[in-house]
Amino acid sequence: MAAASNTTANTTIIRNGCVFDPLNGINGDIKDIFIREGKVVSSLTGAEMRDATIIDASGKTVMPGGVDSHSHVAGAKVNAGRLMRPEDHYKSVRTKTGITHCGSGYTVPSVYKQGYDYAAMGYTTVFEAAMPPLEARHTHEEMRSTPILDMGAYMVLGNNWFVMRYLKDGDIEKAAAYVAWMMRTHKAYGIKCVNPAGVENWGWAKNVHGLDEPNIHFEVTPRELIRGLAEVNEMLGLPMSLHLHTNNLGHPGNWEIARDSLMIPSGIEAKNRSELEWAKTKESAKRKQSLYLAHAQFSAYGGSSWRDFCSGAPELARYINQVDDVVIDSGSVPFGPATTMTGDGPGQHDLYMITGQKWSNCDVELECGSGVLSLVYMKSSPVHSVQWAIGLEVMLLIDDPWKTIMTTDHPNGGIFTQYPQLITWLMSKKARDDTAKECHKWAYDKSSLGGVDREMSLYEMAIVTRANPARTIGMAYRKGHLGVGADGDVTVYDINPDKLNVNDTAALAAKLARPDFTVKDGRIVARKGEIVSVPEGRRYYCRPYVDDALEKEMLSDVKDWFKYYTVGFANYPVPDKYLKNPVAIQVNRPLEAEDLVRG
Amino acid sequence: MTEILLRSKGSIGIMVEAEVIIPDIFAGKKKEEIEGLIVWQGPFSLPLAEFFDVDVRSGAGLLEDTGSDGTRPDETSILIEGDVSRVKRIGQGMKAGRIEIHGSAGMHLGAEMTGGSILVRGDAGSWAGREMKGGLLHIAGSAADHIGSAYRGSWRGMTGGEIRIDGSARSQLGGGLVGGQIVVAGNVENFCGIRQSGGLIVVKGSAMRGVGAEMNGGTIAVCGDIRQFSPGFIETGHEENVKLGDMQLEGLYAKFTGDYALGKNPKGSLYCREG
Repeated sequence: MAAASNTTANTTIIRNGCVFDPLNGINGDIKDIFIREGKVVSSLTGAEMRDATIIDASGKTVMPGGVDSHSHVAGAKVNAGRLMRPEDHYKSVRTKTGITHCGSGYTVPSVYKQGYDYAAMGYTTVFEAAMPPLEARHTHEEMRSTPILDMGAYMVLGNNWFVMRYLKDGDIEKAAAYVAWMMRTHKAYGIKCVNPAGVENWGWAKNVHGLDEPNIHFEVTPRELIRGLAEVNEMLGLPMSLHLHTNNLGHPGNWEIARDSLMIPSGIEAKNRSELEWAKTKESAKRKQSLYLAHAQFSAYGGSSWRDFCSGAPELARYINQVDDVVIDSGSVPFGPATTMTGDGPGQHDLYMITGQKWSNCDVELECGSGVLSLVYMKSSPVHSVQWAIGLEVMLLIDDPWKTIMTTDHPNGGIFTQYPQLITWLMSKKARDDTAKECHKWAYDKSSLGGVDREMSLYEMAIVTRANPARTIGMAYRKGHLGVGADGDVTVYDINPDKLNVNDTAALAAKLARPDFTVKDGRIVARKGEIVSVPEGRRYYCRPYVDDALEKEMLSDVKDWFKYYTVGFANYPVPDKYLKNPVAIQVNRPLEAEDLVRG
Repeated sequence: MTEILLRSKGSIGIMVEAEVIIPDIFAGKKKEEIEGLIVWQGPFSLPLAEFFDVDVRSGAGLLEDTGSDGTRPDETSILIEGDVSRVKRIGQGMKAGRIEIHGSAGMHLGAEMTGGSILVRGDAGSWAGREMKGGLLHIAGSAADHIGSAYRGSWRGMTGGEIRIDGSARSQLGGGLVGGQIVVAGNVENFCGIRQSGGLIVVKGSAMRGVGAEMNGGTIAVCGDIRQFSPGFIETGHEENVKLGDMQLEGLYAKFTGDYALGKNPKGSLYCREG
């Protein structure tokens, strides 16, 4: 076992582990990882070696710290979920220790518990997937209070009045100027587009159901919004591509609109124009995709109603296998209690009408909306069983693991603490077959999962839980790998790859749930699930710029329409003090970006 | 059978949380071990002996035919003497054995119990039998609010077992009831059987208002009057001498289905005595 001889020196060595580092092509090789001042280095001096914290990882699996690129962990709707679900809290509590806060909550834990639970599971980086601009302060407040994790948040813009107006007018430059200003103003990391054009219609109890259906008043279509925001994204050169939650999400037969949505940004070149120092990797650490599809499981439904509901994942996967400009995260369903929460207000209302569960709904002024609902996914339910199958199909039928990211869309499809269980299904056909036997027969009858023999390797697991989420969101300049210059975030699992029996599901899940060590910035934060140190995480956001004159013009439009807001213009921005350890990523020079799109 | 006697030492200030008082924990323990069990009072954890005199009486003579030494939970009986209306969570989560209280009990009596039996000779506080899954809870006096109901935020109340109340109960009796049965000899106040989805509630006396509000399954019978009837119920017929489970009700009853306020096809049944 590891002897951690901690001293004053800030050097750490992880010795003799079987390292899985896909961005550096390392597949289970026995290697030492050296960390100095929180960064991976190629070697240490003799003196540094003597003083280093040494973790003996012989016969164990070593991976970069886990990266969750899509999770709902901070902000107003997460808190609405906490408030409306006391029953989720009093039966799931953690007591305080000498260094940790107490906390509670199973599907929507308190911020402290979230941070500890992620770290205990080997994750060090988590991005909040939907931040409404008006709720940015709240989101930053919660991220500021989340221990250990490095975080950032994607801003919801797909039903924003200014974006809709500019894109309807075809004024892509002003749309880009607006987005750039908004990202700086609210300290956002990326662009999220939720049910484009549809959430605005929800203000009139309506939705949109086709990509070319214009919405009320703005008369802009989902297609125009997706194309426009994807163009804006690459004009600005953001680290991450557009992140899309498709129209008709959660409805039978929606795989077609999902596929057609993925085609919309086709041909737009991925351009990351951030000014960053990139850690060394063998494979390219820059994203290739121009569209990152959120929680594909909810967008891969076949059939035409809940009666003839079936999986549409094979069809969706067939398209994704043909192209190189799409990455998905899975939004898998591991069964059990969940709290669905999304900016898709009408989608949540439909779910409420089906389930009759507790439901909350919100309209965010000129920007977006949201809905929250409590839900239990049951193996006895035919629909839930198919959802379980689809959540695995989207991971297994897309051949290239570099196009997939494993998530549960926490806490929508399931809870992030169920990731270990999810991994066992991806790694073992027997585990899937065993679960299918406990499910409603629709699980295999209405999906292709039963015929899928693929079993993911530890190397592939490292891709879909580390390397690819980091690369997809532009964080691979420092996260998701162990190349020289990368952050010293490491997970050491008590798994000997040579002796691994993937069919012993319970043992594998237990080892994945409680790694021997979670190391963040070279410091041990968790040991076998116990939190042993609580460093403050960083908060990443982008500062894209456009031409000054353009920005001024755009701002006069914004001020003109600000009369419709309930807040004053001066009170709109998130002040710097809301962020602890902020990391601002400078992005873009406007003129060449314009040339790119026009050329 | 082993009998453990707890005698209250006197009046209690801040309420005591005593979920350790269950046969499953007391079984096989010596007097000193039981005295040392920890309970909470406000922010302080204190030994049980702070509040109770403990006496253990083993009835070894009873055990010849079972061959047991009387240390199993189902052979353990806890007798509590004195007023424990400021002691919460007695019998919470018990699986077997017996508790008898010669006095009144505090909140959460027998909450989440799955088996065994509890008899209170006095009154019971709110949340007695909350989310219970099995066993028998007999309240000889009256009961407060939320008896056999779901806890805050949840819609899944009692799922099995039986609650008998010889006196009356207050509001939200059987809230979110999923299974099992609750029989009240006296009256109930507001929203008896709210959000009920299964199981049986029989009120021999009268109810104030909101009976069966938002129910979509299960059965409620009220033998007395309902002062304000819930609006979402539709009369479907009359039945004489209704038999509900093992209960035989005398007289003529009007039968209603509801609550249509909740949905289009609710399956809750409500019987009201007509004569």
